[in-house]
Amino acid sequence: MTETLTDPRVVRAIELAWREAALLDAKEYEAWQGLYADDARYVIPIERDAEDFDDVLNMVHDDARMRGLRVRRMTEGYAIAAVDSAITVRTVSRFIPTDVDDRSVTLKAAQIIVAYKRGRHDLWAADVDYVVRLGASGDEDRFARKVVRLVNADEAVPAAGFLL
Amino acid sequence: MTEFTAATVYDLPPADLVLGDRVAGRMYTDPAIFDQERTKIFERSWIWVAHESELPKAGSFKSTHVGRHPVIVTKDRKGEIRTLVNRCRHRGASLCEKKTGHANGFTCPYHAWSYGLDGKLRGIPYPDGYEGVMDKADLGLKTLRTESYGGMIFATVDADAEPLADFLGDVKLWIDRFMAQGGGYPVKVLGTHRFTYRGNWKIQLENTTDGYHFPIVHRSWMASVDAETAEMMSFMTDPTAVTHDLGNGHSVMQMVPEHSDLEADDGSEPLQPRFDGLVAQLEAAGADEAEIRRLVRAVHGTGFNLNLFPNVSMSISFFRVLRPISVDETVIEHVALGSDGPAEIVGPVNRERLRAHEHFQGPFGFGTPDDSEGWDRVQRGAQGAPELPIMVNRGLGREKPSAEGWPTSHVTDETGMRAAYAQWKRMMSDD
Repeated sequence: MTETLTDPRVVRAIELAWREAALLDAKEYEAWQGLYADDARYVIPIERDAEDFDDVLNMVHDDARMRGLRVRRMTEGYAIAAVDSAITVRTVSRFIPTDVDDRSVTLKAAQIIVAYKRGRHDLWAADVDYVVRLGASGDEDRFARKVVRLVNADEAVPAAGFLL
Repeated sequence: MTEFTAATVYDLPPADLVLGDRVAGRMYTDPAIFDQERTKIFERSWIWVAHESELPKAGSFKSTHVGRHPVIVTKDRKGEIRTLVNRCRHRGASLCEKKTGHANGFTCPYHAWSYGLDGKLRGIPYPDGYEGVMDKADLGLKTLRTESYGGMIFATVDADAEPLADFLGDVKLWIDRFMAQGGGYPVKVLGTHRFTYRGNWKIQLENTTDGYHFPIVHRSWMASVDAETAEMMSFMTDPTAVTHDLGNGHSVMQMVPEHSDLEADDGSEPLQPRFDGLVAQLEAAGADEAEIRRLVRAVHGTGFNLNLFPNVSMSISFFRVLRPISVDETVIEHVALGSDGPAEIVGPVNRERLRAHEHFQGPFGFGTPDDSEGWDRVQRGAQGAPELPIMVNRGLGREKPSAEGWPTSHVTDETGMRAAYAQWKRMMSDD
């Protein structure tokens, strides 16, 4: 079966990805955390083709506990990188649904983030894999997995005070 | 001793910018000084290039830099480790653009001159044009002096540099102690984080033995770890937590003195409850109580940061490697380490170590971005009021020789920075 972008289930998954993008640009991390299922993983690997992240080093490898700690760090006001973090504007597009049923949608996408801080624009380009678990309604849809594969994952990137 | 003032600071030779207790901010901002540093420091010192676990077998290679020179560190057929300048002898193209890998040799993509792992020129296509023009034996890759200690591999551009063992001196004891975190197995590189900051390389060099910043910059990390780990890192008021000047610009900051020598374990320290799951996995894998204790105590690494002038530190549980890019840009690598042993034993240990490394290090860690913001701020602020010094005088009044003769002060003092800047001054004065 060919998956289409107009499939209402795919549209809901895309809307969740866009909702997340808006929350992250607004630095609304508490609300962002709520978009994730309790058993979800949020990963930024160093090896672009990694699928099993446990035995390799990652930039981010967060379960619910680590997401909670991360949100606390970003919001409590003690992390100087978070307090003075870049302004970001991100676009998520080029969606390709790869697996769709009534319970979940697997999507691939492109994400471009421009981060502006003190007169300088940094560009963050990535392929993103999403697995969205569909709820009873769109408000109950949750990420089960998000993997951000930076184009320069194994090169030096700026240390960042925001999330991808 | 010459004092710098607003009127003189831009005219003084670099060595005059380092006084015993302070340095001039111009050292972070002057591109001419940066150029001299690359020649006089990074192309004369022993520069760390690899850990032996990154070159596990014949044909293994790693690309890196020594000063301005891109290099390939290789293990040749006989097991000898060499540092080859990554530049074809024909027209100068780089031979290898991969960070790590395994190869039989290196072939230039431009005209296919091919070289062995030992750097010797093996083949030239259509060689008839070179008859009577040159001898292949003279056209091997330029090779840098390469020596190692305790698995740490260093190279130098300076053919007359003192032997590595002499340059390291009293550091060797601390390298031995650092490697004990393998818990009875060799230490192995597990992965590398890479990030940049917009500041001079010396700002990071200072940071590795700067205990003073830790509870301030890393408050959010301290709040995110368990109580035992936070207690272990609360060294600010511990009089036994000290920093030693080990000579030649090297220093060691002992934050958790009781973990300085992991081999010295009287059994009195309980293992932290957070490792109960790891202990159960190791028991299931058949490890005995003594081995479990050795491995679990080592999960946090050693209790010290060892700063080796000028480009590598062995920081508690990882290597921190710096590479100057320009006067105000530096690349840092944070190299995660684990044990190299049977998978059923080291697998769970290394996963624990990887997660701890991700928690603090890396571009999105709970520690590194905050350090990086601090370093950016130093670079920005140091442009102002050039007559005002960068102060490295903390603890000068309480610095005393240790029993071994090392100048020693409290862990929050700036003894390590003074050690590094004394070496910087010596090397920058040397014509």
